[in-house]
Amino acid sequence: MSTLVLLTLTGLGLGALYFLIASGLSLIFGLMDVLNFAHGALVTAGAYAAWRLTGHLPFAVAIAAAIATGAALAALIETVLIRPLYSRPKDQILVTVGLGLALPALVQGIWGADARQLQAPKQLAGTVSLLGARVPTDRFVLIAAAIVVLAALKLFLSRTRYGLVVRAGVEDRAMVTALGIDVRKAFTLVFAIGGALAGLAGALGGVYFGSVSPDQGTSLLVFGFVVVVIGGMGRTDGVALAAAAVGLIQQFTNYYAASGLGDFAAVAILAVVLLARGNRDGVRRLIRRAA
Amino acid sequence: MILELDDVHVTLGGSHILQGVSFSVAPIGVTALLGRNGVGKTTTVKAILGLVRRTGRIDFGGDPVHRLRTHEIVRRGIGYAPEDRCVFAKLTVTENLALAERRGSAHAYDLVYELFPELKARSAQAVGTLSGGQQQMVAIARTLLNDNRLIVVDEPTKGLAPKVVTEVAEVLERAAERVPMLLVEQNLALVRRLAGDGVVLAAGQVVHRGPVRELLADAALTRELLGVGQARGESVTPPTRPAPSGGSIHPLAIVKDRQPPDEVSPPESTRSDAP
Repeated sequence: MSTLVLLTLTGLGLGALYFLIASGLSLIFGLMDVLNFAHGALVTAGAYAAWRLTGHLPFAVAIAAAIATGAALAALIETVLIRPLYSRPKDQILVTVGLGLALPALVQGIWGADARQLQAPKQLAGTVSLLGARVPTDRFVLIAAAIVVLAALKLFLSRTRYGLVVRAGVEDRAMVTALGIDVRKAFTLVFAIGGALAGLAGALGGVYFGSVSPDQGTSLLVFGFVVVVIGGMGRTDGVALAAAAVGLIQQFTNYYAASGLGDFAAVAILAVVLLARGNRDGVRRLIRRAA
Repeated sequence: MILELDDVHVTLGGSHILQGVSFSVAPIGVTALLGRNGVGKTTTVKAILGLVRRTGRIDFGGDPVHRLRTHEIVRRGIGYAPEDRCVFAKLTVTENLALAERRGSAHAYDLVYELFPELKARSAQAVGTLSGGQQQMVAIARTLLNDNRLIVVDEPTKGLAPKVVTEVAEVLERAAERVPMLLVEQNLALVRRLAGDGVVLAAGQVVHRGPVRELLADAALTRELLGVGQARGESVTPPTRPAPSGGSIHPLAIVKDRQPPDEVSPPESTRSDAP
């Protein structure tokens, strides 16, 4: 029983991390048709911002700095590099892929390739006893963060004018501009929100794994994409469910089947979901990526 | 003139769609933009709104707008009801209208709900679940919500049932009393009922300008310009089928059985008078 509880909460914690990454990806793709391969680099940037400040400043400040770093970097990338390329989607993908490689390389150049230990504050370092299991506290923090983010995103989308613009923009961007709305502002905002969530994911991921490394964001990004494809582009609820499912399946497979098989299981589920949807193109893309 | 186009060119996917379009829209009443399918009517509308890349000069209310972006042009006071409506299917009626609210403009909800009482009753319904006619009402309502100086309506009766066409016509007639309109429409009875001036395009160029009544009264000209038989611009439109025969149509009646867009024909009565 205690193993089951531990696996479930660890899986949900991992799922929460995936959700923080995937929700931004999904919003960005849904509104702007941009496959942001630089999203993992934003996670890494957030992780290193948190790592640099942890120990010097209160952990809450380190988290806030990670969020701000992700948001600022994302807004900068959108304004300077993505915006001029909206009419050239292929170049846009190349730019984000390039950034996804260059930024972690830059981080590696400055702080080295080795993983750096992230000393979480005492409040997060302990465990909580639940139904006989000793569950690390950070799992609860991650799950709580994901729930808060999900609720905030839903409120933003349903209650604010920008949320309305985003929802309409997902359906028909040109018509939104033809109503006199500057959709570019919504683009920058959505990119910044995605970046902020990536930064948060980076900081909390550092706590979850106990360390930060230059490639951490990129490895998480792969699962972010898996979650987005399963959950549906631009569908926040679907992404939340898919994130929880992928996190749980990964943990349970790693424990009950073989360690390392969890990653395979996540991709296998993706294939099953795509096949079930009759999405032949997606399966072909998947095969190409795996090859 | 509220809107003036001067030598507007548009090239899309390598095809030179608009080849120097020049015309103006009167600051009062309805100006109809006519022509057979594929001559560039919708592209002209999109060029005005900056939804396609174009060259040439476009003045709106006396100011050049051809260098502005779509949202900036629209904010100067243009309401746009596009072909195929382009309503936001997943958003509710209320949300669709709220999105159309422009800052710095009064929002004429009273007028909108007076013209479209059905929209008030269905305010919480997703627009995608409405009928085609109701969706068209949402599209037109969006243009009437703000203080616009011009509304541009592209094929408002396309694909609608005859009864709904009549309703749309009545609404457009009321709208035209308040604000000048540029109307793209294939239904010639509707054009005759609403429009004062007409501009006819063929193969991406303006081939005729003048009062709509005079144009439609001249069967030979109508046939030549709007595509019954062999007309100019034949190369860019599908071949036309023979015009159907039938009884005479009252000049103010709405054509009940709309013909496919590629074979708009003048009323039978007019045609029989042709030399």
